[in-house]
Amino acid sequence: MYKYDLYDQAMVDARVAEFRDQARRRLEGKLTEDQFKPLRLMNGLYLQLHAYMLRVAIPYGTLDSRQLEMLADIAERYDRGYGHFTTRQNIQYNWIRLEDAADILADLAKVEMHAIQTSGNCIRNISSDHFAGAAADEVVDPRPYAELMRQWSSFHPEFTYLPRKFKIAVIASDKDRAAMRLHDIGVRIVKRANDSGGEVGAQFYAGGGMGRTPMIAPLIRDFVPIEHFITYAEACLRVYNRYGRRDNKYKARIKILVHELGAAEYTRQVEEEFAHLLSVGVEPPREELARIAAHFADPAFIDGPKTVDRSDPDFALWVDRNTHRHKHDAYVSAVISLKPAGGIPGDATAEQMRVVARLAKQYSFDELRVMHTQNLLLPHVRIADLHAVWSALDAAGLAAPNMDTIEDIIACPGLDYCSLANARSIPLAQRISERFAETGRTEVVGELKLKISGCINACGHHHAGHIGILGVDKKGVENYQLSLGGSEAEDVSLAKITGPGFDEDGVIAAVEKVTDVYLASRAEGERFLDTYRRIGMEPFKEALYG
Amino acid sequence: MAEDIGTSPDEVQFRFREDEIVDHGTVTVDACCDQTNATAVRIEPGDDARLLLPFLDRLALVEINFPAFNDGRGYSAARILREAGYTGELRAVGDVGVDQLSHMRRCGFDSFAPDKRLDEEDAARAFATWANVYQRAADARRTIADKRHEA
Ligand code: HEM
Ligand code: SF4
Repeated sequence: MYKYDLYDQAMVDARVAEFRDQARRRLEGKLTEDQFKPLRLMNGLYLQLHAYMLRVAIPYGTLDSRQLEMLADIAERYDRGYGHFTTRQNIQYNWIRLEDAADILADLAKVEMHAIQTSGNCIRNISSDHFAGAAADEVVDPRPYAELMRQWSSFHPEFTYLPRKFKIAVIASDKDRAAMRLHDIGVRIVKRANDSGGEVGAQFYAGGGMGRTPMIAPLIRDFVPIEHFITYAEACLRVYNRYGRRDNKYKARIKILVHELGAAEYTRQVEEEFAHLLSVGVEPPREELARIAAHFADPAFIDGPKTVDRSDPDFALWVDRNTHRHKHDAYVSAVISLKPAGGIPGDATAEQMRVVARLAKQYSFDELRVMHTQNLLLPHVRIADLHAVWSALDAAGLAAPNMDTIEDIIACPGLDYCSLANARSIPLAQRISERFAETGRTEVVGELKLKISGCINACGHHHAGHIGILGVDKKGVENYQLSLGGSEAEDVSLAKITGPGFDEDGVIAAVEKVTDVYLASRAEGERFLDTYRRIGMEPFKEALYG
Repeated sequence: MAEDIGTSPDEVQFRFREDEIVDHGTVTVDACCDQTNATAVRIEPGDDARLLLPFLDRLALVEINFPAFNDGRGYSAARILREAGYTGELRAVGDVGVDQLSHMRRCGFDSFAPDKRLDEEDAARAFATWANVYQRAADARRTIADKRHEA
């Protein structure tokens, strides 16, 4: 994986020093809270209901054991002994004191980490496919391209005060495991045939997003030669910076600009700017991508057994549910569920982080991933080692065999932490996963992605859930709207609302009813989403309100 | 003659140029496009900087106004002018704070007339924030990637 050189380290160190200075000026009264706010936000520091929240960047979700151990230490030293992994592959700490923030950033810098641009109206941490570098189906490893973008977007002088935040995802497979088309810019690295066996380039999608006006990003360019990759991104951003709306923060995301101009007109403006920027010359030297890519060379995989001993049914179930095909046939990627039935989605204790760090060191070439589903992942596990890995995870309460099932719920922090929330998300997620685990329905239902947001901002991706739940405020009473049929994957779609909302007990019952309809109607091999798409909303409505 | 809407030389707190500071009437972008003799112009956030490209030769001062520091359109305007070869003074005016200085410098601003005078020491530190930079920009600094791959 990528290692900082002296330059990268100096940039992060400079940022820590700059933030210390800003915090000092805030304390000396030279900065008002209004002036300080965007500066602390650019360092990931939010003010929440009860305390400051610090969001730490995990670029494209990749980290090593030393880094995860530091995250565990920080959870213990400065928080309450746990951290929360997010849908953008980052980690958040919910109980931070302003006085400690600069020290935490300094600790992070010691392990090549930071909280730069994890909030604020700038280009945020670049996310990617969590199986990058391991998946059997990828064209190339997308992370070198994401790293090139990380460097380009870090402290970008022109794009620090954009109309609104800006999120980019980079993938390199037909499969989309990063919700790529629900990002402000989504990039798919592709290869097209040429004489020398395939030329690498980038597809650009622009104007996707969730929030109150969910939109799926349209394709704006189907092949940008890789030697113009950064130039094209710069053109996309410049058009947005100049013409994105600034009169209304709810209409300030790029999706509104693309929607109001139309994709064709936005694209035309980008192409014009692109042609201009090509003549200016903003692309990094070509050798830089090669230098970065060398950091992502495959580890030394060795041959070995390709099957496991399935005599222990618990182990066999976990293997079936939580492992993913690897490009080397003696390996798999192993998903570490942070969704124990009844648990808080995405939370991990310092102790659990240390267990995972140790396993990564011992069994996965010292590499780890954070998944956008708020789970962790060991990308390269020898099939021969799977039983040992599973046993250690099981002992730490980390072996729930529920990847992509209804227990694998994405939930935002909701009313338990968030000052914008209408309703609680976490307790609802806990009750639903508990209920399905108890009744044994989880396995029967199979793949079913449930996503919960505590308000219209959609941090919990409810628009993209096979089942989505949105907390709304109904005359001061928590109320939940149910929607069906969304997907964040390559078959991307936006969920549709079923009808009137429910109270907390009611929405749990409604989720069960909806799965009843599915079980009664499904054809051979159909997932919940497939059945919904085939039979439509009516039968579900009938069951819910009929 | 259009009304002078610009800052005066004594409002300029930082200037990174050797030439004589101009003290001409500063006009709006519209007025500048209509009037052939203006040598100083002020860009507001909603103005298209590219309208000025035909007149760059006669301009000695372009002010870019930041009514609010968090409206970043002026950064693009500045780079666009520099990319088009503008070599005159590029002055950031308005709600310009210490924490914007290093980025503005990179986008081609070479003079600063903040509404509120800034602490000299804080500003000096801010201008020196980045010993190295990742991206190419209007200041033509060699980037980290350039340095990594120097023969
Ligand atoms: C608790 C503090 C949080 C606050 C105050 C907050 C605030 C917001 C707001 C205001 C938006 C809407 C932005 C817009 O539409 O322009 C948003 C969107 C979003 N947030 Fe959060 N958020 C929080 C936590 C989280 C967490 C923990 C995650 C990850 C699990 C997250 C992930 C997202 C995502 C994925 C979106 C949708 C992006 C889009 O609109 O395209 N947020 N958040
Ligand atoms: S969706 Fe709403 S309630 Fe949930 S974290 Fe985002 S802003 Fe807060």
